[in-house]
Amino acid sequence: MPAPKERKWDELKGWKELAEISPGAIVPGVPTSPEYLTGDWRVERPIWDEDKCTHCLLCWVFCPEDAIMLNISEDGKVVKMIGIDYDYCKGCGICVRACPPKIHALEMAPEEV
Amino acid sequence: MAKRKTTRMALTGNEAMAFAMKQINPDVVAAYPITPATQIVELFSKYVADGEVDTEFVPVESEHSAMSACVGASAAGARVMTGTASQGLALMHEILYIASALRLPITMCVVNRTLSAPINIHCDHSDTMGSRDAGWIQIYTENVQEAYASTIVGVRTAEKANLPVMVTTDGFVLSHGMESLDVFDDEDVREFLGQRKPLYNVLDVDNPITVGPLDLQDYFFEHKRGQIEAMFEAKKHIYDAHREFAEFFGVELPVFMEPYRLDDAEYAIVVLGSSAGTGKEVVDDLRDEKGMKVGLLRLRIFRPFPYEELQQVLGKVKYLAVMDRADSLNTMGGPVATEIARALYHFSERPIIHSFVYGLGGRDVPPENFYEVIEKMQWIAAGNTPDRMVTYVGVRE
Ligand code: SF4
Ligand code: SF4
Repeated sequence: MPAPKERKWDELKGWKELAEISPGAIVPGVPTSPEYLTGDWRVERPIWDEDKCTHCLLCWVFCPEDAIMLNISEDGKVVKMIGIDYDYCKGCGICVRACPPKIHALEMAPEEV
Repeated sequence: MAKRKTTRMALTGNEAMAFAMKQINPDVVAAYPITPATQIVELFSKYVADGEVDTEFVPVESEHSAMSACVGASAAGARVMTGTASQGLALMHEILYIASALRLPITMCVVNRTLSAPINIHCDHSDTMGSRDAGWIQIYTENVQEAYASTIVGVRTAEKANLPVMVTTDGFVLSHGMESLDVFDDEDVREFLGQRKPLYNVLDVDNPITVGPLDLQDYFFEHKRGQIEAMFEAKKHIYDAHREFAEFFGVELPVFMEPYRLDDAEYAIVVLGSSAGTGKEVVDDLRDEKGMKVGLLRLRIFRPFPYEELQQVLGKVKYLAVMDRADSLNTMGGPVATEIARALYHFSERPIIHSFVYGLGGRDVPPENFYEVIEKMQWIAAGNTPDRMVTYVGVRE
């Protein structure tokens, strides 16, 4: 499992500092969603079988977290799936359902503890 | 402190508050009508229609929406005002907490009216007392002149503290009672208030922010603690706003409270709002005709609660009657009594306190209510212990 990304707010701040940088509980700066690693939620993970994959990209269309990683050729004509970003894959399994049954290039496996 | 030009007018409380709003010329007013506060927004919408203000007026479909629109506009840096009463305030309840936690200085004119059931449109303080923990500064006024001035100083207070403010009048007693009062010039009011300097602006595209995100176990407490500290700091801002008001207009307002003949008083009454006038008459009679050492304290600002100031003026009183125009249904009486007891318990020098609940649902508040209260305190002073912590005055047994 790759090391999780470092988060800007990992070191918990006290209320006095927050009152300065986050009055009214606002979150300063955008985008904030990359700071939130939804991969923390996962109890099962999709496993991708590169050999079976036809790069139809149905999984990419349906993934609610944009966790299907793509490689786009320089001329923009060839787009290939290259894996799953486990920092953000929340393990919902939608990609597994989206993958055509005859291809079956994705499968859920229990998360290792 | 040079006095600014004033003009004498005859206005009801609602007219005076709407007139103050016209002079303030807020950027946004979002409101929904409700008795007895309807006239405030009705008259204000006429100012909008007549082009006397530049306000964006948002006639919404409920008070919940009114306060929600106020929150959005205020988060975008606008100076925002609204008005409501009773059930309308109750319907806003959810959003009141959001306005204060987001540190939005919305100023709201509230006309105190009781809460259903049974349905009743008349005055007591149940509505704003029900919002007492919502994080709003609360100013209770005694007469139309003070309601007018407090609306103006309320905006300054809100914007200094970055907290929302309710300015209240007693329903019908003040809202529909006509008094003569002195009003300032529009230009002076606008010059006094100047431009709002917001803590943040959700529409500032150069400094993008997220407002109102989910905040869980790891950060909620710290954010709430910051909001609580803002209420501690609000005391200073309240004093500053009132001092600036006095310096600019040459008119002094009582700040947290108005002590009346309290020096050397053995007996004292605490009361909020318009009933204080009647109470002062009774105090004069008891002092001047019967030689009793009686005084009165009108509490003007209930949030934040001025516990130190109260101890200073009430610490030497022997018997303290706290009159609430609301009951907490806690079998101990009204919220003001409960809080004063808590506040004074902190100090070693403190009076014996008894809670009185009066005037619910607009029941008339004659001088007899105050005589009865003082008689009960004399009975306690004679060594008697009441069965209950609260006595109800002006109700048929
Ligand atoms: S399991 Fe869900 S979140 Fe993860 S890659 Fe598949 S669709 Fe995306
Ligand atoms: S849906 Fe299946 S076959 Fe299509 S790109 Fe995704 S993994 Fe490959």
